[in-house]
Amino acid sequence: MSEIILKVKNLKVSFGKETVIENLSFKVKRGDFISIIGPNGSGKTTLLKALLGLIKYEGEIEWKKGIKINYLPQWFSKESFSVIPITVKEFFELKNTDEEKIKKAIEMVGLEYKKVLNKNPHELSAGQFQRLLIAWTFVDEPDVVLLDEPTTGIDIGGEKTIYHLLYKFWKEKGMTILMVTHELNIVYYYSTNVLCLHKRCLAFGKPEDVLNEKILTKTYGIKIKFHKHKMRR
Amino acid sequence: MTPLIWITTILVASAAGFLGTFMISKRMSLTAGPFGHLALPGVAIALLYDFNVFLGALGFILFGALIVWVLRRVSNLPLEALTGIAFVFGLSLGFLFLPMEHAKEAIMGDVTKININDFWIALTFSIITFITVSKIHKKIVLVTLSEDLAKTLGANVKTLDLIFLILIALVTAMEVKIVGGIMTVAMIILPASIASNLARSLKQYLLISPLSGVISASIGLLIYQYTNLPAGPLIILSLFTLFLISLLFKKRV
Repeated sequence: MSEIILKVKNLKVSFGKETVIENLSFKVKRGDFISIIGPNGSGKTTLLKALLGLIKYEGEIEWKKGIKINYLPQWFSKESFSVIPITVKEFFELKNTDEEKIKKAIEMVGLEYKKVLNKNPHELSAGQFQRLLIAWTFVDEPDVVLLDEPTTGIDIGGEKTIYHLLYKFWKEKGMTILMVTHELNIVYYYSTNVLCLHKRCLAFGKPEDVLNEKILTKTYGIKIKFHKHKMRR
Repeated sequence: MTPLIWITTILVASAAGFLGTFMISKRMSLTAGPFGHLALPGVAIALLYDFNVFLGALGFILFGALIVWVLRRVSNLPLEALTGIAFVFGLSLGFLFLPMEHAKEAIMGDVTKININDFWIALTFSIITFITVSKIHKKIVLVTLSEDLAKTLGANVKTLDLIFLILIALVTAMEVKIVGGIMTVAMIILPASIASNLARSLKQYLLISPLSGVISASIGLLIYQYTNLPAGPLIILSLFTLFLISLLFKKRV
């Protein structure tokens, strides 16, 4: 049994009078790949922010001591780079990592290090940019990575690449991943656990146990049937 | 014109240019302007009671920052609105108390009034500005990209805001003898805008910004020496000319 690195107990988050999350409890083990699913406004992003300590909450969130957590927010946009004169290399150096590691991470996501090195991230295509962000998130070898819909703004082909890269990083580096996503096929094939969220936890468990019509309909509020597609990992 | 005036002006211009690199952050650039204008009433009071305008300006900017901070606690208005309010308050108070025989000096500066004390002040606080900005510029970049992300990487946004505010107050107060109490923001924003047009990397940005401040200050002082027109506006017009030229070389992204 691997060790438990995150315990969440009776988590409650409210903004003013509106309760966004309540009564949420779950545990995460080292090496888990957890997908968080739920409709818009179900508290997915809020959950990540609470886990990171960015917002106020009630209840308990207990990370194992000394754990390094990285975060990739949703809509971390290419446009935000257009106002900053910064090269890809300098962007990675914000994290105080050495060149060897930067080169490895950039090559791992299939970008040519020498080609992108001195470009502004803003000059890359949407797909390349998102891959760059994945490399950036993993470059300093965190124990845990929290991702909020990492394929926002990417076409379907690009989406697959991103999820595949995530899986590659997860498998090779033995990290723990918590990811918010809408892509149920990805959830089914890649994750070790699924958390169905709609204000409270509706189900938490292995994808094959959770991804059934009954729970999905309960989660999304409309009838959803999940069709497994054959996928290569 | 003495070497003291040259050295002091160049020190202040480089510090202002270096601090200007924070202007990539939209929130900070919106704050800088109005806070700069708060210098004027401080200058007016200093001239009225005959003490160093640096101290007068610094004291009043910090006082203004305190007012904005209090207003922020008791109202829901955005920071830009509040600094705007502080700005008109500062100006009207400044004009009310400003001794008319000193009006020109207060509004557009007077480099001949630079003395040895100003040199030591400029030396000390320029060094402090350079060290502080170099130390926290990475965090500022992160905050500009994403505040949430910066926080998870250990940046304290409130502390950064405070440091920025203190540096703005110090640099603005140092500028008062050179460009007066109203135009201080030009020496901070223009060099950074020039650098932003020309730089392809952070390294270049951090180098070009203070450098264009120094170049414009030198050109302004040279023209002043030969024409005897006021140095402050000349320095700022040099900055503006450099800015126009930089637009021609603006990288296309």
